[in-house]
Amino acid sequence: MILAVELAYWQLLLIKVLAVMVIVPTATAVIVQTFLFKMMAHMQSRLGPMEAGPHGALQLLADGGKFLQKELLAPDRADRRVFFLAPAVVLLSTFLLFVVIPAGPNVVAEDLDIGIFFALAVSSISVLGILMAGWASANKYALMGGLRAAGQLIAYELPLVLAVVGVVIQAGELSLQGIVRAQAEGAIFGVGLIGQPFIFTQFIGFALFLVATQAELTQPPFDMPIAESELVAGYQVEYSGLQFLFFYLGEFGAAFAFSALAATMFLGGWYVPGLDVDGGLISNLVGPAVLFVKTMLVAFLIFWIRFTYPRLREDQLQTFAWKFLIPLALVNILATGVFKVVF
Amino acid sequence: MSAVPQNQQRAYVSGQAADARVNVELETDGMTLNIGPQHPATHGTLRIITRLDGEQVISAEPVMGYMHRGYEKLVEVRTYPQITTLINRIDWLGSFANEVPFILAAEQLMEIEAPPRAQWIRTVLFEMSRIANITLFLGDMGVQLGAITAVFYAFRDREHVLNQIEAATGGRFHPNYDRIGGLKEDLPKGWVAETKSAMDKVRRFCDEMETLLLGNEIFETRARGIGVIPAEIALNYGLSGANLRASGVDWDLRRDSPNLLAWSEVDWKVWTHPDGDSFARYWVRLQETREAANIVDQLLDGLPSGPIMAKVPRIIKVPAGEAWVSTENPLGEMGYYVVSKGDLGPFRVKIRTPSFNNISIVPWVMKGVYVPDVITILASLYFILGDIDR
Repeated sequence: MILAVELAYWQLLLIKVLAVMVIVPTATAVIVQTFLFKMMAHMQSRLGPMEAGPHGALQLLADGGKFLQKELLAPDRADRRVFFLAPAVVLLSTFLLFVVIPAGPNVVAEDLDIGIFFALAVSSISVLGILMAGWASANKYALMGGLRAAGQLIAYELPLVLAVVGVVIQAGELSLQGIVRAQAEGAIFGVGLIGQPFIFTQFIGFALFLVATQAELTQPPFDMPIAESELVAGYQVEYSGLQFLFFYLGEFGAAFAFSALAATMFLGGWYVPGLDVDGGLISNLVGPAVLFVKTMLVAFLIFWIRFTYPRLREDQLQTFAWKFLIPLALVNILATGVFKVVF
Repeated sequence: MSAVPQNQQRAYVSGQAADARVNVELETDGMTLNIGPQHPATHGTLRIITRLDGEQVISAEPVMGYMHRGYEKLVEVRTYPQITTLINRIDWLGSFANEVPFILAAEQLMEIEAPPRAQWIRTVLFEMSRIANITLFLGDMGVQLGAITAVFYAFRDREHVLNQIEAATGGRFHPNYDRIGGLKEDLPKGWVAETKSAMDKVRRFCDEMETLLLGNEIFETRARGIGVIPAEIALNYGLSGANLRASGVDWDLRRDSPNLLAWSEVDWKVWTHPDGDSFARYWVRLQETREAANIVDQLLDGLPSGPIMAKVPRIIKVPAGEAWVSTENPLGEMGYYVVSKGDLGPFRVKIRTPSFNNISIVPWVMKGVYVPDVITILASLYFILGDIDR
C-alpha cells in the first residue's frame, strides 16, 4: 500500500466505495460537458451553452439542479416497482464497470484476476435495466425500445468479447493491471522505448471494440433503442427528473468507462515511458492523468462517430454484426494466436 | 330506472367497460401504434395510425386536420390585396411561392400583366423560397435517420437565403411582397451581388450534403429501395413535384406550363430519377436545389430594367369570372381556383396544395415496411403540415 497507515478492511472498502461514487458523476460530467455540450456544438457550427460559468462550464450544475427539482412521475398503468428500479439497475452496471479499471499501480478499486471478463459481464446488466424500463413503462414506444435493446445485445456483445480476446491472448492475462504491465514491458521489434501498446498489433480488435462499444452505449449509428425520431426516446419516454438523470449518468458514465477500457487495453492504460510499472508515488499520481488523457482521446473518436452518422435499422445491425464483425473478429483471433505461437 | 341507485348503475357500466377492455387486449393480431399527432417525425400535427405486427406495418392511415385553419373560407371575407397575408402561411417554409399563383390568377381575371422586371424578380424570389424550403428538407432527412448534424448545417445556410429575402421584402418567412400587377417595391441597392454570393453558399451546402449524407453507406442502406413508388402509382395518386420526378415522370410546371413568369428565359434542366425510392427523392431534391441556385444566378444576370408595377386601379375590383393558375411550388403543384363575382373579394377560392395529395400515398406505400422505414418514407415524401391542412 502507498498509504503509511494500515486500514481495516471495512475502512478501505468505505474509501473505495466513496471514491467510485465521486468518480462516476465527475467522469460523466466531464464527458457530457466536453463532448455533448461543446464538441457537438462546435461540429454543428453552434456555440453550445455559453452563459453559465466561463464558456458555459457550469451548465451541468444548472441542468442537474433542474432535474433534481422535477417531480418523479410514473404512468397510471406502469409496474411501479420495476419502473422505479430500472434506472438504478442501469446505473449499477456503470458503477461496477469503474471498479476494475486501473489508473495507476495501486490506484484501482479492486484488481481482479478476471478484470476484463468482469467488466464485459457487468456492462451487460444495463440491458436488463433498459428492458425493465421498456416493459414497466406501459407505453408502446418504450416497449419497442426495450425489445430493440434486448435484440441488439445479441448482435454486439459477441463482437465486443471477441475483439477483446485478441488482447487477452497477446497479454496472456485477464487482469487489466496485467494487460497494462504486458504493454509496458513489451517491445516493438526489440525496441522497448514506448513499450508496446496493443493498438499496433490489435488494430482490428481496436476498431471492432469501438464499433461494438457504440452499440453497447446505444449511440448513433446504433441507437435504435432510443431513436428520437422514431420511438421518440424509446425506453426513456416515460421517465422524468432524477430517474431520467440516472439513465443519462448511466449512459455517459458507461461511455467514459468504455473509453477507459479501450485506452487500457489498446493504448497502454495509465503507463507512459518513464513511469515505474511496479509502484511508487509518482506512478500513482501521474497514472490517473495519463489514463484520463488517453480516455478522452478514445472518447473523442466515439463521439465523433456519434454526431456524424445516421442510424442503422435493427435488422441491418444484425446483418452487419453476424456477417461482418464476428467473422472479422474470429480471423483476428486466429491471426493473433498464430503470431503468439510463432514468435 | 330510478329504482336502481346511481352508484350501482355506475359500477355496472364501468364493469362492462372493463370487460370490453380485457377483450380488446387479448386480441393478438397486432398492435395499433399512433404515430402522432405529437411526434417528432411528423414535424407538425399529422397523425398516422399504424397496425403493427412486431415491427412490421400491416396498415397505415394518415389522419389530418389537426391544424386546419380554414383558409379557403377566410379568404372569402377579405379583399384581394389582403389575401396574400393569409396564404403566405400555407407552406410556411417557402412563403413567397404561395403568393404567386394566387396573384397570377387574379391578374388573369383582371387581364393585367405585370411588367417584365416584376416577372423576373418574382421568379428569382420564387426560386429562392424553393431553396429556403428544400435546404431544410436536405438537413431534416438526416435528423429523421439519426444524423443530427446535417440539420444544423441546413439551418445555417438557409439563413443566407432568408436574409436576402428579408432584405428585398421586409419579411423573412412571410414576405407579402407580391401585388396584383407587380411588386410591393423594387430591389434594394447591392442586393444582386449579395444574392449571388448567397447562391454560392447554397451550392457549397449542396456539395456538403452530398458528401455527408448522400455518400454515406448507412444513409444509402436506410434509403435505397425503401418506399418505392412506381411512376404509374405516383400518377394515379396525384403526386406532384419532386416526389413525382423521383419516380421517373418528367413533369415540371415551370417548363410545361407556357408563359409562366420567366423560367423559359433561362437555361435549366428538370431532374428525374428512375428508382422512385426514398434515396431518389432525396437525390432529386438535392439536384433541384442546385438547379434553383443556377436559375437565380442566370436571372440576376439578365434582370431587365423598367417599372415594377403595371397600371392598376387604386381600389381593386376583380371582374366576374373564374381562373385556375397552378405553379411548381417547392413541394409540388400548387394551384388556386378563384371564382369572382365582381366584388372586392373573391366569391370562392379552392386551394390545391401539393402535400395533401402527396400524403395520400401513405397507406399504399407503407404496407409491409418496418417502423424505422415509416420515418424514412415520411421524411422523404416531405410535407409541410400547413400545406396539408391549410
